[in-house]
Amino acid sequence: MILAAWYDLRDIGNAVGALLDQVKDWGAPDWVPYVVSSVIGIVAIFLWTVLSVLAFIWIERRVVALMQNRIGPNRVGPAGLLQPIADALKLLLKEPVTTRDADKMLFWAAPIIIFIPTIVVFAVIPFGQRMVLADLNVGVLFLIAIGAINTPAVFLAGWSSNNKYALLGAMRTIAMLISYEVVQVLALLGAVVFVGSMRLGDIVSWQHDYNVWLVFLQPLALAAYIIAGAVEMNRSPMDIAEAESEIVAGYHTEYGSIKFGFFYQAEYLAGFAIAAVIVTLYMGGWTAWGLEKWVPGWLIFLAKLYGVFFIYIWSRGTLPRLRVDQLMGFAWKFLLPLSLVNIILAGGEVLLWREAEISDNLALPAFGAVNLALAVVMVVGWGRLLGHGVGRRRGQRALLTQEVGAIFYSGSTVSEPDGAPSRPREAPSGQV
Amino acid sequence: MDDTGTVIAFWILSAITVGAALMVAATRNLIHAVVFLIVSFVGVAGLYITLSADFIAVTQVLIYVGAVSILFLFAIVLTPRAGRQNDETFLRLPALVLALLVGATLGFVAIDTDWSIAKRAGFGETASVIGEALLDKYVLPFEIASVLLLVAMLGAIILVRPEGVGGDGDS
Amino acid sequence: MTIHLEHYLLVGAVLFAIGLYLALGKRNFVGVLMGIEMMFNAVNLTFISFSRFVESPNPLSGHVFVVFVITVSAAEAATALALAVLVYRVRETIDVDRIDLLKW
Repeated sequence: MILAAWYDLRDIGNAVGALLDQVKDWGAPDWVPYVVSSVIGIVAIFLWTVLSVLAFIWIERRVVALMQNRIGPNRVGPAGLLQPIADALKLLLKEPVTTRDADKMLFWAAPIIIFIPTIVVFAVIPFGQRMVLADLNVGVLFLIAIGAINTPAVFLAGWSSNNKYALLGAMRTIAMLISYEVVQVLALLGAVVFVGSMRLGDIVSWQHDYNVWLVFLQPLALAAYIIAGAVEMNRSPMDIAEAESEIVAGYHTEYGSIKFGFFYQAEYLAGFAIAAVIVTLYMGGWTAWGLEKWVPGWLIFLAKLYGVFFIYIWSRGTLPRLRVDQLMGFAWKFLLPLSLVNIILAGGEVLLWREAEISDNLALPAFGAVNLALAVVMVVGWGRLLGHGVGRRRGQRALLTQEVGAIFYSGSTVSEPDGAPSRPREAPSGQV
Repeated sequence: MDDTGTVIAFWILSAITVGAALMVAATRNLIHAVVFLIVSFVGVAGLYITLSADFIAVTQVLIYVGAVSILFLFAIVLTPRAGRQNDETFLRLPALVLALLVGATLGFVAIDTDWSIAKRAGFGETASVIGEALLDKYVLPFEIASVLLLVAMLGAIILVRPEGVGGDGDS
Repeated sequence: MTIHLEHYLLVGAVLFAIGLYLALGKRNFVGVLMGIEMMFNAVNLTFISFSRFVESPNPLSGHVFVVFVITVSAAEAATALALAVLVYRVRETIDVDRIDLLKW
């Protein structure tokens, strides 16, 4: 599918492979090509993440501002394009304050520990055909495990600040994170069941070979993962950790200057990581039904990644914040049972497909349609069962006007308090 | 296992693991002890990777670092007036002697026994084989383990429920 | 140099000894539990290294056993820490030298 010439930019792995062959021709020992390719991969990932974060600081603030009918940063440089530089300079030049009674070792270590998982996740994501830093056999489980490292790191950040708001914010964040970890695992497993392998390169190849994106086969799992991903990155509408109006700044209250810069960048990187996982597992990764023959695969991947991240920016600008108990109730009572049913269903479908040897062209659209229909039915049905039905309160007026007996205009009745039958309206006469 | 990378990785990871374990015993602050315990968990996960046990390594990080550590930290937070010093009981010397003796015995058995070493290289993919074994040959322990987890979860919740009727909302 | 089975078994033995010292010698109950978890880790490391190096008809049975050990140790940690919180509620301390009501 890909030419093997080194200048073929559709797959940067070609250039790197040619470089490594050259290095081997120079007679280097066996471990040198391995180390060289690792270093190239690590440097490339770092460069890309830093540039993306800088760009998205501006993009996010502009987009959210436009959605909220205001302008956003437009002072620093042409149309505010130098705003990220200004932000970075401000964070670097501020005085890094360590509170007196804070636990110094943990206070200094916590931002680093929070930053590390968000970078390490990119090691298993395939950016192109041969552009994976480490294509692990247990790639999907690796993603979840690295995300699980966030939990004690957040607690240490909140604890070492020696600040009760920080500790409260850390507790709430941990409760949120562990609730949605289970949902995350089950949602990702829905995709793995169809592919039969946890290796991310295999998942992308499966989606290429069967010409279908896993989003069409597992819509409920994708919806659950989008929500669980928003929680894992502490992002509105689930940012109870750093809700400025509620808890000062949650677990990073006491952090200023470059330590806060680490938290800030870790939040963006977590967003990119979750978006990368969604694109790889559910949206075909770097393949796009044959488009990757002309457009470089990594460009397609980045376009999809930024598109998915735009959905998160959109939900941040639009949706109100959820309360802690609403969030956790949603995870345990709604998403978890639905994800379990989804896994059983997916397993049954794959079993039927393999055992009965149904042809792919018949089986996959059928599974997609059935899964989509069942997803809609389950979401609506389970929601109604839990009491979240719509249309239940449409006819109720606010209580105050009922008690007081206010005036309504034509076509309405005035209802008496204490359940007496309604009487028709009275002429406007200055009565309240 | 004689390639340079594995040898270097083994020595570094063993140093990290054993060093962190010694610091758990030696440090004076309880939270620092838990942090060093987390470091030793991660070190053991690294040692699993050098033994080509990829699934178990990732499971170790996910469960021990991601969940059991939080249990320890929460237990410390929920017991505020108990001491946070990490000091020893009055039986520290017998404990030390016993630990040294047990360690020496295990080490002697490890070095002196004539193990029948297999000639194979590391495993390829372990996850699928473990999964099949769990549902084929070891399905009974698997089901019993899930019942055990349910019982432990319910037990922990019932034990720490606040005094009062039923549950008084969520906390 | 080559890494043999004995290297891993020695690391496991050292971890087990440290864990045993923590479990027997620490005054705080959470410290004792940390020792127990460290002993579990040492045992798991030993199982995995045996599974990798030793001749066996199904070599991955060591891994399956480790999965069960991890599961049971997580359940046990949860229950033990719940008990610790409960003891704290009654006795206002989790110092193992002071929780000795059986000895009057």
